[in-house]
Amino acid sequence: MSAVPFSAQIINLFASVILLLAFAMLGQRRVMPLINLFAYQGLVLAMSTAVVAFTTHQHHLYWSAGLTLLLKALLLPWILHRLVRRLNVKWDVESLIAIPTTMLVGVGLVIVAFNVALPISQLSNTITRGTLGIALATVMLAFLMMITRTKAIPQVVGFLAMENGLFLAATSATYGMPMVVELGIALDVLVGAIILGVFFFQIREQFDSLDIRNMEKLKDS
Amino acid sequence: MDFFILMLGFPLVSGLLLTVFGERAWAPNLNIVASLGTFLASALLTVEIVAYGPRFAFGEMFFIDSLNVFFVSLTAFVGLTTSIFSSPYMKNEQEHGRLSIPRLRLYKSMFQLFMFTMLSALTTNNLGVLWVAMEAATLTTVLLVSLYRTPASLEAAWKYFILCGVGIAQALFGTILLYFAAERVLGETGNALLWTHLVEVKGQLEPTIMALSFIFLLVGYGTKVGLAPLHNWLPDAHAEGPTPVSAVLSGLLLNVALYAILRCKVLADGAIPGGFAGNLMMGFGLFTLVTAAFFLSRQKDIKRMFAYSSIEHMGIVTFAFGMGGAVANFAGLLHMTMHSLTKSAIFFAVGHATQKTGTQLMEDIRGLIKINPVIGWGLMLGTLAILGMPPFGVFASEFMILTHAMKYHPWATPILLTALGVAFAAIFGKVQPMVFGETHAKPLPHAPAITPVFVHLSIVLMIGLYIPPYLTRWFHEAARMLG
Repeated sequence: MSAVPFSAQIINLFASVILLLAFAMLGQRRVMPLINLFAYQGLVLAMSTAVVAFTTHQHHLYWSAGLTLLLKALLLPWILHRLVRRLNVKWDVESLIAIPTTMLVGVGLVIVAFNVALPISQLSNTITRGTLGIALATVMLAFLMMITRTKAIPQVVGFLAMENGLFLAATSATYGMPMVVELGIALDVLVGAIILGVFFFQIREQFDSLDIRNMEKLKDS
Repeated sequence: MDFFILMLGFPLVSGLLLTVFGERAWAPNLNIVASLGTFLASALLTVEIVAYGPRFAFGEMFFIDSLNVFFVSLTAFVGLTTSIFSSPYMKNEQEHGRLSIPRLRLYKSMFQLFMFTMLSALTTNNLGVLWVAMEAATLTTVLLVSLYRTPASLEAAWKYFILCGVGIAQALFGTILLYFAAERVLGETGNALLWTHLVEVKGQLEPTIMALSFIFLLVGYGTKVGLAPLHNWLPDAHAEGPTPVSAVLSGLLLNVALYAILRCKVLADGAIPGGFAGNLMMGFGLFTLVTAAFFLSRQKDIKRMFAYSSIEHMGIVTFAFGMGGAVANFAGLLHMTMHSLTKSAIFFAVGHATQKTGTQLMEDIRGLIKINPVIGWGLMLGTLAILGMPPFGVFASEFMILTHAMKYHPWATPILLTALGVAFAAIFGKVQPMVFGETHAKPLPHAPAITPVFVHLSIVLMIGLYIPPYLTRWFHEAARMLG
């Protein structure tokens, strides 16, 4: 096996930290630490994007890294923190499936993700191609978190973490999407988070709780 | 004057104006005037495109050809009639105490911004921006679905947000893969997501990546089309939102999502030999059709039932485009048009009927023909039209799809016929007693706007009897674009 350049090693290291954080989020039982983990994930994502930008001289990636840092490591966690405090919810995160089981399912998903990504990364010639499998795994783990959690805020954190994974996929396969698209995606995520914030209050007003299991009236029968 | 700028400008500017002035007495009129402006601009744009061929706008950012200009004019038209319908409808809701004035302001501004996002999704040349606009269309409608703030409507809106969010995330991954495949051919310029550039090199795109990308795109945008098994959000969002929102969701948003799939299919077809994309769409389409048809008979809520009927029709259209070829594409486009017009007309009639009877439960809606013969007949004729009875236009398109399927994919015919039969029995059996029968309903404070119902239905009837050559030429042109 040929030697992997130092920058690629750094990028791979960051990517694995992101995957590790995804697992940590899956295993986290409390709301506040969950949001913090999400913020760390955004921070690592921004750092890894900056390293990619530095090694490949793709200047637009600096902007992406800055945007990620601002939006996902600072602004969104801040909004979520405020929401949790305003709504005064500090309960434990409840999961539909026991957390160790979800972790095992998660391991299975990572294997699937690596296998799906393999043919694509072989065709890729970017320095970051090894991280595509990790990106897909992050998306799938976030997806799993959304399915198994019963409270509204963890579901949203899962939704945002999924976006992190997609962003990582975009940088690892192609050095990022065109700037106009990235700005649009960032705007959508931000507006989405704000709308969800409004939405939390509406849900709480109606149900006196943010438990999604209250919302199972609409069924076909 | 550039009609394109006007077409996008009217909804954007009026949406922003309504955010500020939406509580004034003239706000509903501004809503209608803006929709009228959008419609006129898009009609003139259509004339221009049909006469002079495709064109760009703002450099290469936007691209208008006969395929998307057709969706643009349909969207603008249904937007106009919906705004006319919603004016007295929302006033009635307000007097029934279901909506406050600030929420009406939210409704009007979001309605216009929703039109803006859909029109930008249709006309953009950049597949990344298409994704952004589709997501924005979801965001603008989430708060509209929960407009009544009832527990059920909040649940519906939450489901809508989360399911469509997951779906659209798949589509983003598909777009990333597409960009990856395109970058290998087009290089690292900003052009690699521009559809007009992609379509020129579609034969050189890596087939493995394109196959994977198309699966993600189909599942992702398919969630918004309402393709089974990811259709669960659709009946809830349609049933719990206000009726004008149901009409535009059903009549327009599903079309726009399907349009996104069609654009991607053209690329996938060019890259992957052996009709992979078409087969996938045929499979999804049939599965959706059958699932929806069998769910129809179990429905108790009238808006829910017609939402399932929308899923059913989207299944038929997806199947038609999956078959591909000039005839099936023509039929698919025709069916989409007919479905949009008929379904929104039905939702208008249903909206008035539920306001009069004060319930959405079909058991409690009886004898519409006695309270208001116009609404009763509107609902009855609309139902007959959507069920594909001749001489309405839906019959013409379904007939074309069926005969084409018999000729090239005979195995699918029994499935199609059974599903259509089941759907017919379910819907007709439930609508018939609602229209005829005994009643105890009360008059409404604001006279309902019935004209849109009959304008839509008469267009559907006219196309069933006679398609003007101008329209045929235009449809043929658009169908040719899809290969």
